[in-house]
Amino acid sequence: MAYSEKVIDHYENPRNVGSMNKDDANIGTGMVGAPACGDVMRLQIQVSDDGVIEDAKFKTYGCGSAIASSSLLTEWVKGKTLDQAGEIKNTEIAAELELPPVKIHCSVLAEDAIKAAIEDYKSKK
Amino acid sequence: MKTPIYFDYSATTPVDKRVAEKMCDCLTAEGNFGNPASSSHEFGWKAEEAIDQARKDVADLINANPKEIVFTSGATESDNLAIKGIAHFYHKKGKHIVTCKTEHKAVLDSCRQLEREGYEVTYLDPKDDGLIDLDVLTAALRDDTILVSIMHVNNEIGVIQDIKAIGEITRERKIMFHVDAAQSAGKVPIDMDDLKVDLMSFSAHKIYGPKGIGALYVGRKPRVRLEAQMHGGGHERGMRSGTLATHQIVGMGEAFRLAKEEMAADNERIRMLRDRLLKGLEHIEETYVNGDLEQRIPHNLNISFNFVEGESLIMALKELAVSSGSACTSASLEPSYVLRALGRNDELAHSSIRFSLGRYTTEEEIDFAIGKINDNIGKLRELSPLWEMFKDGIDLDAIEWAAH
Repeated sequence: MAYSEKVIDHYENPRNVGSMNKDDANIGTGMVGAPACGDVMRLQIQVSDDGVIEDAKFKTYGCGSAIASSSLLTEWVKGKTLDQAGEIKNTEIAAELELPPVKIHCSVLAEDAIKAAIEDYKSKK
Repeated sequence: MKTPIYFDYSATTPVDKRVAEKMCDCLTAEGNFGNPASSSHEFGWKAEEAIDQARKDVADLINANPKEIVFTSGATESDNLAIKGIAHFYHKKGKHIVTCKTEHKAVLDSCRQLEREGYEVTYLDPKDDGLIDLDVLTAALRDDTILVSIMHVNNEIGVIQDIKAIGEITRERKIMFHVDAAQSAGKVPIDMDDLKVDLMSFSAHKIYGPKGIGALYVGRKPRVRLEAQMHGGGHERGMRSGTLATHQIVGMGEAFRLAKEEMAADNERIRMLRDRLLKGLEHIEETYVNGDLEQRIPHNLNISFNFVEGESLIMALKELAVSSGSACTSASLEPSYVLRALGRNDELAHSSIRFSLGRYTTEEEIDFAIGKINDNIGKLRELSPLWEMFKDGIDLDAIEWAAH
């Protein structure tokens, strides 16, 4: 299957790879997917006191499209408020990366990941 | 060295130049283009001669009688003809068939079709090394079992089943035994005099012949009868109608003749290359070879790099043409059913890569592959949350994952 140039770029130069301390009160962690399905995405956000995402990190086990979806997501959420980040739709990610139909689930997973990270952060407050 | 490097010889092989030349001689007006069934003129006689020689060359590789070779369009058709042909012919004797979960889809799907027609099929679980437990097979046999279908060499993991021993078991009970030998012909010595096999499927394009041609061995002693699946002019003793494709058949014959001549030397060289590849990879932490390493053709190395997803690894290895046991690429999220049947957990099944080596693989290519893989496994594990959790001592099996 041919990948779009954007997927290849994010795959070869993934942005914001890494980990944050999940026990920190300012950090929200979302881990979605399952090894059995071949995709596990972990997205972490660092949130300022006024509710703005200051930093984001990810690690993903999965195909190139899954890695690219999470890498792109970290770029998009930085500087957004939690509400704005929560409004990111999988279709926007799929469109930006030109994902083929069989890879749409990767963008769904990315949307789930940011929602889970926001929820985790809010549950700590 | 040219990239991408071909490490997918189990999928198909290039046609050997010597084979291609012979095929080209059977196409144009200047060549041997006649219909081998045209018995009234020289064009037909010459074509028939070429077919006879090819049939002999195919039979010689497996020490069979040329009269036992039925040409088909490939191993898929041979599997269909053998399984459905036997089932339909012997249905009054019984309607039970035994096969294995790791068989090729051409066998499994033929069996599924027979189930829809009212037959019963037992799908055996292999052991975790991919081999069949003969006691388990024996226990599955019933009074109404008419056919056992077991492949010789598995296409994904390269393990070699003990078809000699299975043949002893089935022949004693007068049960027909079909073997899919698409991945073994030309790689493993086959002697039909020594094996109690009734039907055997072959493909040309796995051993440097053309695509679109194969054969089914149909034994004569004891006589095997089957119902044709393709009806028409009664070619191939009524078992498979359709004008014989002279150029394809000549190509298959030449490929099989060369395989007989060169198998021993090819195997030795390929084994050395495979061992070199394995040696260059096995030191990587959390790396597992899938399938038994001894009862295995030297051409195959199927290996799982735990915590790295197969498709992303293949993407990283863009200079290497390999295949993944993870079927993400085929629009399904299911990992390889073969590795699942071996009891491999899902992570390992999703993390597998199949390297298959062949006649044109070089040492330089192997060393290049070893370097690329070592470079990229580390990079992808840095990206993998599973690897981080493993390193932190977290038991991944204890986590409740939300399957999607």
